Amino acid sequence: MNTPPDTVHQDRGGPAQPLLQVHKLKKYFPVRTGGWLRQPSYVHAVDEVSFSVAKGQTLGIVGESGCGKSTTARLVARLLPPDSGKLVFDGEGVAEFRGLALRDFRRNLQMVFQDSYASLNPRLTAAQSIAFGPRVHGVTAHAAQQLAESLLARVGLEPRQFAARYPHELSGGQRQRVNIARALAFDPRLLILDEAVAALDKSVQAQVLNLLQELKAERALTYLFISHDLHVVHYLSDQVMVMYLGQVVEIGPVRRIYDTPQHPYTRALLSATPSLDPARRTLQPPLQGDPPNPIDPAPGCRFRTRCAHAQAVCQERAPELLPCGDAPSHQVACHMQQPGSGDSQAVAVPEFVPMALATGGHA
Amino acid sequence: MNSSYWNKVAQALRRDPVAMAAAALLALLLLAAWAAPWIAPADPYHGSMLHRLQPLGATGHWLGTDELGRDMLSRLLYGARLSLLIGVVPVAAAFVLGTVIGLFAGYVGGAANTLIMRTLDVFYAFPSVLLAVAIAGALGPGLSNSLLALTLVFVPQVVRVAESVTTQVRNLDYVEAARMSGAGSLRILREQILGNVLGPIFVYATGLLSVSMILGSGLSFLGLGVKPPEPEWGLMLNTLRSAIYLNPWIAALPGAMIFFTSIAFNLLADGVRSALELRA
Repeated sequence: MNTPPDTVHQDRGGPAQPLLQVHKLKKYFPVRTGGWLRQPSYVHAVDEVSFSVAKGQTLGIVGESGCGKSTTARLVARLLPPDSGKLVFDGEGVAEFRGLALRDFRRNLQMVFQDSYASLNPRLTAAQSIAFGPRVHGVTAHAAQQLAESLLARVGLEPRQFAARYPHELSGGQRQRVNIARALAFDPRLLILDEAVAALDKSVQAQVLNLLQELKAERALTYLFISHDLHVVHYLSDQVMVMYLGQVVEIGPVRRIYDTPQHPYTRALLSATPSLDPARRTLQPPLQGDPPNPIDPAPGCRFRTRCAHAQAVCQERAPELLPCGDAPSHQVACHMQQPGSGDSQAVAVPEFVPMALATGGHA
Repeated sequence: MNSSYWNKVAQALRRDPVAMAAAALLALLLLAAWAAPWIAPADPYHGSMLHRLQPLGATGHWLGTDELGRDMLSRLLYGARLSLLIGVVPVAAAFVLGTVIGLFAGYVGGAANTLIMRTLDVFYAFPSVLLAVAIAGALGPGLSNSLLALTLVFVPQVVRVAESVTTQVRNLDYVEAARMSGAGSLRILREQILGNVLGPIFVYATGLLSVSMILGSGLSFLGLGVKPPEPEWGLMLNTLRSAIYLNPWIAALPGAMIFFTSIAFNLLADGVRSALELRA
């Protein structure tokens, strides 16, 4: 399309500026328990979550169901208003004074949902669903239809065959391709994939993942990839963020998280995936029980109720998310990894030892 | 809304024999009501007391005569005009009004929803007959006032259905996707939600057609709606009730007309609903 310079989609901050920075995002959902005059309780769905995604990278978010992955995605997409916290998109604050308007922000960001059926309007054909967005932004009906057909072709669906089909006439994989095409119609810079391949069977999942990889390279996309499937996250991500009960417990480069996980929860998660090597068969379930109730959690580390290494300090103070070892990009929220935290397994920091020695040598 | 979708709906409807039969019956009734002055064998307002309560198949009166000796066939044909009017107009008005209010309440949610729904619950607390009588009584007698009263009776019911389906649809992912496109609420309501909620509301509203006809005749009976000697099925049913021991078949005729008309409305509504589902 030969349009005047695109002010909505242009790269503003340069390559070093992270595409998305999330700062202390918080969302509590009130729950009504019993009588009305009682103090309301809150589900701490997302509790001060901070992270950033570099341009052209994929951040994978993993965690058990109910850990706040999807709420985080909806907060980032502003489908839910956050209680507090800041979003910075390519150096500009979102929905702030002098910042990026919400409408322009949304054009830069699209989302693909888990339920491929619920995310398509049953009354609209594939092409109509894709064309809706561009029409909202002033593209003529004819041009939008053509764009929809070319996008269908790009995601591997022959337009002549599929453009006029309704969602119930498509398979799950085909529907998810339509959803991806719809997201691409905005020419977004950030794509949030919320369990986008979780409902597909393995062979279709692989095809869709490959399609996502191709599209990312082709269109310089940045992904926020949310999944509970550790293999899929490993395949697609550059950075991985592990969430537990609304908080980030570990974040870092994919290789470090998978090779040398530092947080006991991350280790438990990783050892929960079955290995193909019979010699490394897991006999004991690494993690037992369910996550504790997210309603008004007790102070201290939220993982301590299921942690084999829990100590007194874990009950007293919540661990902060701090760099661990030699890589500043690898951060972990565990007292064991934090020198001087008071945990018996943490490196003690006697006052006379220089900091450089304590953090450099023993990690 | 798009034409190809409605084309498909029309196609599916044409393949439904029951719906088509119901539609044919209603079309016939509409035609008869329109053509009443030409096809009615006698004057619906004048009868002869000598020939009162003639049985079915009497000479000159195929369907007999009523308690004042007026030709039943003519009165039934003319009566279709008012009865269809009373059946359709309040429901159509309530359908439009109730859908708009219900869509708004369901989509906006929160405090606005609570305010609207609780206010309408006040209307809901009264039985519809009582409410219609009260409103019509307050407005004064007359056809237009009884139409207005019936509309007000049906609006809260339609709102309730519209609100509940909208609330269901509002939280589906495709509405979230539409919100992410930056589209305004009005556009999302019109292009993404309306088509998915209209079916159930429409089906519910068509179920009200027969209720409206019967309630309307009740108002007429109480002197709040159509007044005698105007021919109207409900009113005829009421005035003939004294003849039920003398000539039950004649007394049953207006009731049968109401019965078949409302059955036809309901069957057509069912057909439209399954056509709207659009499953192969």
